[in-house]
Amino acid sequence: MDLTLTINGRKHQLRDLAEDIPLLWVLRDNLNLVGTKYGCGGGYCGACTVHLDGQAVRSCVLPAKAATGKKITTIEGLANGSEWHPLQQAWMDLDVPQCGYCQAGQIMNAAALLEQNPAPSPEEIDAAMNGNLCRCGCYLRIRNAIEQAATTMAVQTFDPNQATEELA
Amino acid sequence: MRNVSRRAFCKLAGVTGGGLVLGFHLPANALGKAARLSGEYEFNAYIQIRPDNTIVLAAQNPEVGQGVKTSMPMIVAEELDADWQTVEVIQSAIDAQRYGRQFAGGSRSIPTRWDALREAGARARQVLLEAAAEKWGVASGECTTRDSHVLHAASGRSLSYGALAQAASQRPLPKTVSLKPRSEYCLLGTRVSGVDNPAIVSGKPLFGVDQVVAGMQYAVYHKCPAIGGTVKSANLDVIRQLPGVSAAFVMDARGDREDLQAGIAIVANSTWAAFSARKQLQVDWDESSAASDSWRAAKQRAAELAQITGQQVIDKGDTTGALNAATHRIDAYYSYPYVAHAPMEPQNCTAHVHNGRCELWAPTQMPQVAIKKVANLLDIDESRVTLHQLRMGGGFGRRLMSDFVCEAAAISERVGTPVKLQWSREDDMAHDFYRVGGFHALSAGLDKAGKLLAWRDHYITFSPDGETTTRGGNQHTKLFPHSKAKNTNLQLSLIQSAIPTGWWRAPISCAVAFANQCFIHELAVAARRDHGEFLLELLAAEDHHSDLVSFEQSRAVGVVKEVLHRANWQHGLAADHFQGLAFYYSHAGYFAHVAEVSVTDNKGLRVHKVTVVGDVGPIVNLSGAENQVEGSVIDGFSTAMGLSLSIENGRVQERNYHQYPLLRMRHAPEVDVHFIQSDNPPTGLGEPALPPTAPAIANAIFAATGERLRSMPFTEAGYSLA
Ligand code: FES
Ligand code: FES
Repeated sequence: MDLTLTINGRKHQLRDLAEDIPLLWVLRDNLNLVGTKYGCGGGYCGACTVHLDGQAVRSCVLPAKAATGKKITTIEGLANGSEWHPLQQAWMDLDVPQCGYCQAGQIMNAAALLEQNPAPSPEEIDAAMNGNLCRCGCYLRIRNAIEQAATTMAVQTFDPNQATEELA
Repeated sequence: MRNVSRRAFCKLAGVTGGGLVLGFHLPANALGKAARLSGEYEFNAYIQIRPDNTIVLAAQNPEVGQGVKTSMPMIVAEELDADWQTVEVIQSAIDAQRYGRQFAGGSRSIPTRWDALREAGARARQVLLEAAAEKWGVASGECTTRDSHVLHAASGRSLSYGALAQAASQRPLPKTVSLKPRSEYCLLGTRVSGVDNPAIVSGKPLFGVDQVVAGMQYAVYHKCPAIGGTVKSANLDVIRQLPGVSAAFVMDARGDREDLQAGIAIVANSTWAAFSARKQLQVDWDESSAASDSWRAAKQRAAELAQITGQQVIDKGDTTGALNAATHRIDAYYSYPYVAHAPMEPQNCTAHVHNGRCELWAPTQMPQVAIKKVANLLDIDESRVTLHQLRMGGGFGRRLMSDFVCEAAAISERVGTPVKLQWSREDDMAHDFYRVGGFHALSAGLDKAGKLLAWRDHYITFSPDGETTTRGGNQHTKLFPHSKAKNTNLQLSLIQSAIPTGWWRAPISCAVAFANQCFIHELAVAARRDHGEFLLELLAAEDHHSDLVSFEQSRAVGVVKEVLHRANWQHGLAADHFQGLAFYYSHAGYFAHVAEVSVTDNKGLRVHKVTVVGDVGPIVNLSGAENQVEGSVIDGFSTAMGLSLSIENGRVQERNYHQYPLLRMRHAPEVDVHFIQSDNPPTGLGEPALPPTAPAIANAIFAATGERLRSMPFTEAGYSLA
């Protein structure tokens, strides 16, 4: 099977793929985008989370061919050029990782959450992050980092003109 | 180079392109108490100062999530007065001659290197300072150091370490150096973000699974689901025809369980091709020498053994007499199951065996052992095996074993190309070296005043041969509270088992703490005493027969007192909230936890908060330390609540995370961490905060419900996460 996939804004032509190959293994083995991790292969842990048209998906159970014609974003494409995504910044500020293996998946899942819900409550964060395991137990810091990033993003998107109008 | 001090065994050299490299090999007498206790005297450090004033520090020990790649270089940087912002940390080569023992286990990295790393930093600082003084023609005593610069306050001059490095490399190294008092620390004890964090959050290759080697093939290794089974026959001709597959072959067992087990290797041009081909495998296994264990049967057998007397391990005083004479006699039977390590990164290793050499890229906690084992397996000299240490996606003790490294090497030996071996999650669950299950028949007697008169623990564990205890199932004969009772009786019974076991985070303590710290609470309840007061009295009581060499009573009492204070013990709780307390000492760390829980009518458990007080001496990286404690508490809760393996017919039934319910974010309790930073040498933090977690929670559940949980996991008693 030949495929064209759009990943992090770049088109990739892929040849001779197995019909059923999950996106995860195309990313890792064919494209050497190894930030997306294999943890369980069954959709249970979230280590393999990427975005498909902005939605968080588990790439270990998503057939690569189902991603054709869609916009795929991986952890390698989350930053805006040399500027960290606020989640990446918060992750470093709060020293979230222990082993770090789950963290790309955690960040990608959180990024999709903040895209849809810029100011999630702690309960909404918990619910959205339920599919992402952290065996090292960094959950408290993950939650705090998501809250910090949400705050940063709120400030960044703060539009003074609009605010003035509202105040007036 | 001239006049280099022989006594300090230091190597000092300019490097091409300028700069200074210091390799240190410090003598044994430079070491402090913690290191002496461990019996390890080989140390090294590596510092490179570049002309542009960046400072490269090598972290010698493997990084498994315990944070040593950050904390160990921090120790050097503190004494060196290096500007942490311009420090670059590299993972050192694995080289026993240069670095001594390199491993990640037993919470030993910090205590064994503390003095050597500080001295290395201090010596480097001293030569830089002297080089500056000479250049300026001033006394070195007039100079100071800060942020990778030497300063001369009187004249307002300063020079960067980078500018001084070449001159410093020509100077003799000081024979002795003075180390900073703690009050002068600027970096140690602060919160420092992990050195690999930028790479982690941007998805850069770091871990074992991320390794790519030119010409590499991908392999899976399929072993018998009944542990130890061998291959009779398999449809290998079919497998070899499958897309992408280049080889499929049977390998016989070599060495022992930790070397190479029998199985079938499939080598292909991608991970997915290898995984897919494996699904088509049909194997006729020979299970005649495989495990046939059943957890259900083991539980029955243990219950029978508990009724009879075991082998006497310690017998002091007259325990039976004292139990009979006691005002309160309490008997209880505790148990806990086998559990898996289940680190997030499934086992993997890349190997290239060629021309009588072997190159390995391995996420291993024991790189030097892996080298030995592979050399043995391939029958080549150890010097012909090179291991590149890679970051590990968790280990918790699993990666102390080298089986996956041996498998990769054996497969590469056979096919001749570099091979990346990738285990599936299912492999990881089915072929772990598990935390052993166990049983304790406990009895204790108290006098009228509620003082401990007698303590009996009949420990029932497993044995591979019917004679020796299995790994991680050996009895702790030296632990609190045995020594506090005049009459102590420890017994041991063994159940034969072929299930391989290993070291799981805080080995032995992770399970035994549950039994005996809950039982101590039972005693307090029987004596109608406050648990905190009872525990403090017990800890402070005279030791009747202690050979617990390193246990310091005052530190134990200290953490318990402090946790009662910090958790506001039994005061101001919400009406439906209840507290439980536990203390444990392991890996030279003193920890006391108070868990605050609520339980709904249908046994829905919510752990709201766990307050932790630990004493591991001075804290190196406060952020890393707190992270370790938070993780340990979550791991301890996760395991106590819901994790167990139901072994049947020699097979572990749980195959993936859906059957092995690790805790998720929504159920993570708040963890309130406090350290008593005593003046003792610092000790490690990967493990000792875990053991008190399960008993603190179980004791809180008792307070809430009156139901005494004597078996893990708690889900088996009908509890669920609320
Ligand atoms: S690897 Fe995809 S969910 Fe676990
Ligand atoms: S940091 Fe290790 S699994 Fe999350």
